[in-house]
Amino acid sequence: MSQTLLDKVWATHTVRTLPNGATQLLIGTHLIHEVTSPQAFGMLRDLNLKVLYPSRTFATVDHIVPTDERAEPFSDDLADAMIKALRSNCAENGITFFDLPTGKQGIVHIVGPEQGITQPGTTIACGDSHTSTHGAFGAIAFGIGTSQVRDVLATQTMAIHKPKVRRISVHGKLNPGVYAKDVILHIIRKLGVNGGLGYAYEYGGSTFDAFTQEERMTVCNMSIEGGARVGYVNPDETTFEYLKGRPYSPKGADWDAAVIRWKATASDADAHYDDAVTFDAADIAPTVTWGINPGQAIFINENVPFPSEVPEKDRATAEEAIAHMLLKPGAPIKGTKVDVAFLGSCTNGRLSDLQEVARYMKGRKVKSGVKAIVVPGSQGVASVAESMGLAEIFREAGFEWRGAGCSMCLGMNPDKLVGEQLCASSSNRNFKGRQGSPTGRTVLMSPLMVAAAAVSGEISDAREVFDIR
Amino acid sequence: MALEKITQVGGRGVYVPGDDLDTDRIIPARFMKCITFDGLGEFAFYDARAFAKAEGQTHPLDDQRFTGASILFSGSNFGCGSSREHAPQALYRFGIRAIIAESFAEIFFGNSITLGMPCVVMSSEDIRSVAKLIESDPAAILTLDLTEKKLSIADMDFPLTIAVHAQEALVTGKWDAIADLLEGLDDVRTRAATLPYMAAS
Repeated sequence: MSQTLLDKVWATHTVRTLPNGATQLLIGTHLIHEVTSPQAFGMLRDLNLKVLYPSRTFATVDHIVPTDERAEPFSDDLADAMIKALRSNCAENGITFFDLPTGKQGIVHIVGPEQGITQPGTTIACGDSHTSTHGAFGAIAFGIGTSQVRDVLATQTMAIHKPKVRRISVHGKLNPGVYAKDVILHIIRKLGVNGGLGYAYEYGGSTFDAFTQEERMTVCNMSIEGGARVGYVNPDETTFEYLKGRPYSPKGADWDAAVIRWKATASDADAHYDDAVTFDAADIAPTVTWGINPGQAIFINENVPFPSEVPEKDRATAEEAIAHMLLKPGAPIKGTKVDVAFLGSCTNGRLSDLQEVARYMKGRKVKSGVKAIVVPGSQGVASVAESMGLAEIFREAGFEWRGAGCSMCLGMNPDKLVGEQLCASSSNRNFKGRQGSPTGRTVLMSPLMVAAAAVSGEISDAREVFDIR
Repeated sequence: MALEKITQVGGRGVYVPGDDLDTDRIIPARFMKCITFDGLGEFAFYDARAFAKAEGQTHPLDDQRFTGASILFSGSNFGCGSSREHAPQALYRFGIRAIIAESFAEIFFGNSITLGMPCVVMSSEDIRSVAKLIESDPAAILTLDLTEKKLSIADMDFPLTIAVHAQEALVTGKWDAIADLLEGLDDVRTRAATLPYMAAS
């Protein structure tokens, strides 16, 4: 007893201790995509190694896929070479590939949970830093580099040092118009973009207990933006309910046995944490970023800070941020003109995100001059949203309804900012150049805040735009 | 798969100031459309370099005084953001062989060590002092000694820290884990068989 979920998963997945003290950790589930895997397959070929457990590796294509014209060959030769490489690497090695024609393609962190591949008490790795998303199910999930993708393909393990655990508790009910995205932006703002270095974040408290599985995913997704490579929520009935009946979820008697096992993997009530932080949900307001990292965030009613106001160590970055964002220190962020509204990404491209926005967009119009796009996180999300009539609501409102992929979260496909465009974005990173234009500007926010920006043409308080009290 | 024992890195230095220099800054995503890491070197800090040029300035990596430098100095939280190994690969292929910063993001750190590119920590004061020395004498040869845990330039020594496991991995030539991992394959299969979700595989 007295163990965290991380302790328990670590114990059940430790193969041995390596000579340098690192753990050789079994990675039960390996997710791969087209950007960080081709070099790893190349390394395997060079070393004459094979994929050890092809049935525990799952592939999809997300970063480079166009979201409008999806017929192959893609107009971008490099993107076309990447999807072809993934296709042949999967075929050659007997790996399941949720390819474009399967109807199951999507952003890797949306596809895993949707298929029931992401399960409590497991270890998951993927060559993508937002792999922490899967922690929402009580899995220990790591973003890894390409050499480690090679390691996991060849040995189903990786060398890693056990992180410390920081318990982050959020208590109480969120105010209307405040979402999971605001919670994680607030946590990063308070703990810093490198505050999680060396830690896994365990999220809990009554706010998390009440969250849906998809809300938990939004929070865990951005753990890495706070410097924590791993973030997780203990599995509970909400988790099991979400997983029941999904294609890769256990069935029948196996399901019952799995639920008993999964419950036992949750942290013990008297578990030891290396650190603990508590927040009150009622203190959190709709949050937007003003700078060039996700920690540079303020409530919608706050003013853009003067660099002289921020702690000395953050001052140079704040000055750089102000210069890049073309914002005025001391002025409200509200009212800043928006050129593009992007609703999607592994942070906020799930069905519940689209449902919540559609609920308010019904009968509303995107402001003329704003380019607004909705990019469902997966073909699965897209098809359900279409059958529910959400796509129609978005189209009528003036949003473009696109095919599934990473899209404008990062500039690896045709969806890019142009010049100094400012984007109200439901994605996870506001780094310089992130959305494809070196001078493009990103303001991170919740999906409904993106909708509010789309409707008003400026950064706005969704509670005012949509009359939420 | 015997690897080189990396105990020292010698060469000239270049200082790229800034905190939280993220992986999109180190290698913008649009240059990751590739199926090998070859040729990534020229895209290291691409946008920052282009921006400096457009402003009539010279980015340190384009400054001829520092051409050929192999030890890169920067601020805190270096390499934050994405897990893309393209970032350390781009720096390595640009010619960088060691990075000295106030702190490093975790995934970037691990990716760099796996390439045999040490990431070591120095205080911000010392980094600024060394930056001044490099600025006044760009041809000065620096020696990063991982055994002694110090950086030497001219007749001065600066203390540095590096995670014990990373230091050991570098100096013993075990910085790429694959050989160790492959030795444990029997144990891997035994362990996998105990996990219901893997046992069926």
